Amino acid sequence: MRDQALWTWHIISAAVIGGLLGLHMAIMHLDALLGIFNPAGGHPVDWENVVARSKEAGFAVNYVLLLAAGLFHGFYGLRNILFELNPGKGLRGGITLVLIAGGFGLFALGTWAVIAGFQKAGTV
Amino acid sequence: MHEVIYKIRRFQPGVDPAPHWESYRIPRSPGMTVLEGLWRVKETKEPGLAWRASCRMGVCGSCGMMINGSPRLACNTQLSELGEGPVTVAPLPNFDILRDLVPDLRPMFDAHRFVMPFLIRKDGKADPEGELMQTAEELERYLQFSYCIKCGCCMAACPTYATDPVYSGPMPLAQAHRYDSDSRDEGFHERREILSGGAGPWRCHYAGECSRVCPKGVDPAKAIQLMKQDLFLDALGMGRRRRAAPLAGLPDGVSRREGIPEAPPKTV
Repeated sequence: MRDQALWTWHIISAAVIGGLLGLHMAIMHLDALLGIFNPAGGHPVDWENVVARSKEAGFAVNYVLLLAAGLFHGFYGLRNILFELNPGKGLRGGITLVLIAGGFGLFALGTWAVIAGFQKAGTV
Repeated sequence: MHEVIYKIRRFQPGVDPAPHWESYRIPRSPGMTVLEGLWRVKETKEPGLAWRASCRMGVCGSCGMMINGSPRLACNTQLSELGEGPVTVAPLPNFDILRDLVPDLRPMFDAHRFVMPFLIRKDGKADPEGELMQTAEELERYLQFSYCIKCGCCMAACPTYATDPVYSGPMPLAQAHRYDSDSRDEGFHERREILSGGAGPWRCHYAGECSRVCPKGVDPAKAIQLMKQDLFLDALGMGRRRRAAPLAGLPDGVSRREGIPEAPPKTV
């Protein structure tokens, strides 16, 4: 059951990444047309615009979701690539463990950054 | 006289320390197949040469071997397809060698048996006394996959099967999907218990070699992708809810004509 569930989440995370990356591309490259995500005007990566977006709870959720989907999709893909090298059973378990620990570590770090940005942006 | 050179990989476990190549020069005739050439080698040069073959017409799946570096059926391969150079013949890779060109296919058949390649029905009518209803469209869903002759060419070509000891391989997976797609079958959930783990289709990276070399056009790679789709939808709770095809009753107003004997009792 585990491989079936992992594969299913792999596909779901790909769909989530597709949607959220689309939003990211729209913010970064379609601002002239949309003009809704960059209230300070100028370039989308200008400090004022980044702060303005960070104040939005929706964007914070978006960032965390994208982070989770990207980490799961990437690390599951990396695990598949490493398993192609036909490691032994013990090493397979070790690889899985390291990737889970690394994934959760990066997720915690990224989530902390999003939350800190969300809280601090409110004070800027 | 027109001749052809056969380079054959020989190996006799317990006698030869390692496989080695031997060459045989034999007469070449129009329309000659690789299998006929092997027979000619055996009859005139090397009586101890071993291989498997039976039907000589691409039906039994016995004579799968590596011919000029590609898994093919020896009976189905004309020498004219291979050009003028020497013909190299070796046993199918990814299997142990029993002798010369005879691979040990037991792991393939064990994996095949493991995925339950037969009709599973909850009403106990897997071997019914009449016909099970099936439309032409329902037949189309699995017909292509039912052409498999278990020759092992796809297993020999699969790069994942070559390296992953848990992966079932293209033939057993294609056959599992063949029964999962059959409207007369209700065994999807029983097979899922096996296929949702490491033995399932998850390690397939769609190299597509299995479909390229299949001598019957079965397209195991397609079956594996369709199986992934079915298992994905099943995990989301969106799998097909299907009732197995019912037993067809006798048509109304029809009776047995006099003089037609009853079918003999089953022996199996």
